[in-house]
Amino acid sequence: MKLEARNLGYGYRGHVVGRGANLGLSAGEVVCILGPNGGGKTTLFRTLLGLIPPIEGQVLIEGMDLHASPRATIARLVGYVPQAHLGYFPFSVQDVVLMGRTAHLSPFAVPSRRDRELAAAAIERVGLAHLVDAVYTRISGGERQLALIARALAQATPLLVMDEPTASLDFGNQVHVLETVAKLAGEGIGVLISTHDPDQTFQCADRVVLVHRGSVTDIGPPEEGLDATRLRELYGIEVQISTVEVAGRPRRVCIPAAVGKQSAIFSRE
Amino acid sequence: MAIALAVFGLGCLVVLAFAVGRFPVSPGDFAKVIWDWLSGGTSEVPATVQTVILNVRGPRILAAIVVGAALAGAGAAYQSLFRNPLVSPDILGVSSGAALGAVLGIFFSLDVVFIQGLAFIGGLAAVATAYFIASRMRGHDPILVLVLAGVVIGALLGAGVALIKYLADPYNQLPAITYWLLGSLAAATRADFLSVLPAAAIGIAVLWLLRWRISVLALGDDEAASVGVETGRIRVAVIAAATLMTAAVVSISGIIGWVGLLIPHFARLMVGPDFTRLFPVTALLGAAFMLSVDTVARTAGRIELPLGVLTAVIGTPLFLWLLATARRSWQ
Repeated sequence: MKLEARNLGYGYRGHVVGRGANLGLSAGEVVCILGPNGGGKTTLFRTLLGLIPPIEGQVLIEGMDLHASPRATIARLVGYVPQAHLGYFPFSVQDVVLMGRTAHLSPFAVPSRRDRELAAAAIERVGLAHLVDAVYTRISGGERQLALIARALAQATPLLVMDEPTASLDFGNQVHVLETVAKLAGEGIGVLISTHDPDQTFQCADRVVLVHRGSVTDIGPPEEGLDATRLRELYGIEVQISTVEVAGRPRRVCIPAAVGKQSAIFSRE
Repeated sequence: MAIALAVFGLGCLVVLAFAVGRFPVSPGDFAKVIWDWLSGGTSEVPATVQTVILNVRGPRILAAIVVGAALAGAGAAYQSLFRNPLVSPDILGVSSGAALGAVLGIFFSLDVVFIQGLAFIGGLAAVATAYFIASRMRGHDPILVLVLAGVVIGALLGAGVALIKYLADPYNQLPAITYWLLGSLAAATRADFLSVLPAAAIGIAVLWLLRWRISVLALGDDEAASVGVETGRIRVAVIAAATLMTAAVVSISGIIGWVGLLIPHFARLMVGPDFTRLFPVTALLGAAFMLSVDTVARTAGRIELPLGVLTAVIGTPLFLWLLATARRSWQ
């Protein structure tokens, strides 16, 4: 199972956001996308999901042209976890997750008992079993994000695209989501995930892709490709990458070099 | 459960609606007449009672049920589709288009059948125009553009209606036009009911078949597409079905506001936003509401009250109450 962008140009009519993107996502790997705000990550994702047509090049899924495929075919192969938003009507968490089963239903069908069971299992998997009947618009942002992940799990696709799934979460839930991502990859699901936190690439990514100023660069494993120079180019700040020991194993962390509090300490000395 | 309750309530209302009026009919006579009509036997019930039940009240009650169910059902579909609880069947210019068609028919003194036909065509043409304009404008939020195009088209058609009222003969045509614009089922005949039944049934059938997809569309286009919904095509089908049923019933009832806005809210309070449950409950509530209002319209005063006025008088306070207390319906 493979999702692949070949020489992809993406954007909207009359406004090219990026060109020449080459990108692959295979089953069982986590590919992490890093890029500053407004760098075109979401536009790239929408093109990779077939939601907007490419300006040039191709997106292939299992060798098929994604943009010529029916929505239901795509939806059985690639799941999408958007950034949690409020929604418009007071659906229950169960209803929202159940909607992930739509890909497996014919146009006139409604979800069966089996679909409900699969939705319930997905809710259980992300740890929201206690909120099955809660109203989606009235749970916390973190819980909504987990519900959207459960929806993608109910969709039961070999590949997942997650757009900043940790952006609206507290510290604990961020870790919880990253653990879930790692677990899914362990089960053979390919995950393409965008994030604002370069630390997260060291925690879960097999490969890192930088999206910046209209170019898409695959820099390979974060331990090899992600260094202070790259991060400075990306975010325009000085970053120090250190190795610390976490639970007996070395882990790299990114530390912004010039944060106010730190310089205040220096000046006192 | 909610559906069973709504069906039972509607049944009681039907019996009540047959009973009351200038010529009271007892439930016993009503049952006898219906039985004799079904079995084809001659009836000992007086002929006037038979006429009242079969030719006067019967068609009117059936028309009220179809009109209410279609307007409310279409309203629920539009609200889910446009992800906006303040949308109603007239949002895309259906009502204005139908009004202009009917008013033109009255102005040219056409036969009733042609007036209805023009109303129907006007409603469909208005939506088609709004949809065409919206599809020409790329690069904007498609739903917003569609709704705005509908509002603008509606305003233009409203100007057309005003012009014809201005030009119309003030003694014959103007009262007829005003009467139609206020909405009424007083003139509904068996033929009227039968003429709108197919279009209303087709619209309801399409919405019913697509009920789960309509639910999913409430997620937003990107997410609905990402779980496998052909969003553009389903939207066209739903708009066509909802417009078809609105235009059809408006062609016999005239303009009746509020039903398509208000009833889906109440239904959503009862069963939640899932369209598979929302749609049947909305249609039944709409039918019950329309039948109640029409029964009041023909019995309350010495003259028939216009339906559009009654629904507005009932609808405004109800909607304000909803707005103040029951935010649950959309949050």
